[in-house]
Amino acid sequence: MSRIRVLVGTRKGAFILTSDGKRDRWEVSGPHFPGWEIYHVTGSPADPDRIYASQSSSWFGQVVHRSDDGGATWQTVGNDFTYDGVPGTHQWYDGTPHPWEFARVWHFEPSLTDPDTVYAGVEDAALFRSTDGGRTWQELPGLRGHGSGSAWQPGAGGMCLHTIVLHPSNPERIYVAISAAGVFRTDDGGKTWQPINRGLASEGIPDPDAEVGHCVHRIAMHPDRPDVLFMQKHWDVMRSDDGGESWYEVSGNLPTDFGFPIAVHAHEPDTIYVVPITSDSHHFPPEGKLRVYRSKTGGHEWEPLTKGLPQSHCYVNVLRDAMAVDSLDECGIYFGTTGGQVYASADSGETWNAIVRDLPAVLSVEVQTLP
Amino acid sequence: MSAGTVGTSAGSDATVVRVVLPTHLRNLAQVDKEVRIAVDEPTPRAVIDALEAKYPPLRGTIRNPATGKRRAFVRFFACEQDLSHVDLDVPLPPAVVSGTEPFLIVGAMAGG
Repeated sequence: MSRIRVLVGTRKGAFILTSDGKRDRWEVSGPHFPGWEIYHVTGSPADPDRIYASQSSSWFGQVVHRSDDGGATWQTVGNDFTYDGVPGTHQWYDGTPHPWEFARVWHFEPSLTDPDTVYAGVEDAALFRSTDGGRTWQELPGLRGHGSGSAWQPGAGGMCLHTIVLHPSNPERIYVAISAAGVFRTDDGGKTWQPINRGLASEGIPDPDAEVGHCVHRIAMHPDRPDVLFMQKHWDVMRSDDGGESWYEVSGNLPTDFGFPIAVHAHEPDTIYVVPITSDSHHFPPEGKLRVYRSKTGGHEWEPLTKGLPQSHCYVNVLRDAMAVDSLDECGIYFGTTGGQVYASADSGETWNAIVRDLPAVLSVEVQTLP
Repeated sequence: MSAGTVGTSAGSDATVVRVVLPTHLRNLAQVDKEVRIAVDEPTPRAVIDALEAKYPPLRGTIRNPATGKRRAFVRFFACEQDLSHVDLDVPLPPAVVSGTEPFLIVGAMAGG
């Protein structure tokens, strides 16, 4: 029977949750790296025993850990993320030029085919790649240098490159998303990049349909339909059917147009999940009810999924990297909250149970479906 | 604990400095609270250079790798003095050089 391993990054350590395919009994391991902020923990699709973890601390900076045995043991690998050449400046919150300064790794995206190749999205926004299992990192400078970098500004959480989406069959095509710059795409393996934000409208910037400057929160793709992208933006849920060339809104009947994560069902490319949050100033669920919303029509029409989720006095948030799916026949959906709960649904979202309830605030959730 | 001048790989006249690490860095380096670091020149810079060479997981955690500067929330103490703002190439106090007192690397009290 298949097994499930859920990799959880929190404000104060990493946790590994494991179960068999029934997903009703869970073992909890951790905290790994106690006391460190774990922005992201994720496994290699090519070798699920290879796991990368991003630790950071305001005191001691960035540390990267790697496991080659599914999280049983860990070794430190490279943490030197030096920008290529003279880093230059981006805009600061007050509009003044600010030097590019590395702060932390927000997100790792391992190669689909090579366990030693992994991409890192960092703050201040840039994309790095390692081809030696994380020992050394090289920036792909064409992203920052494509022309608009000096105009990028940080979002409230910093100017972070938080989303990396690899095309399932064309290794030359990669999508990244940056807060608050927008979405960018390369079609030559990372040498050159172009902004792909046509159709996005953001009221919070001077020119709502500017080429860059949009606060994109998360992008999701189904590997069977790689030209279709779904986006949870600072405002609105968006969709592209042409590889990001253009976007249109699919927020439909959602109760709010704000949120962070977005995920696609493992077997149904038109079934997508979001967690609506009340506005960018409240950052908690509307009416104190924690509801996952599912669309089976690729957007526009949404239904609330509530069974097993708190429907009163719930004021947690679900962050952008904190939702994932497994690939069992009955697709499992998982998400973690800033209140420390990790919820799992073994039936595509119909019913939910908390695997754990009292972890530190959850920053990221990734799922591995193991043989 | 005795220290002082001994023969080590750092040189025949190397000084062994007792270094106390904060909990997170002890865990990273997989060492006890105090480690002994041999240096040719008993300065903070030499101690940190040798510490990072002996324990590679500590690279980048005490100093910013891009600038070489001490991280803002890391402090250096010795002999009841704050050496954080002293030139890293100024010799350590005699009591640290002799091994009577340790060189303390401390996570600053910050952030609540």
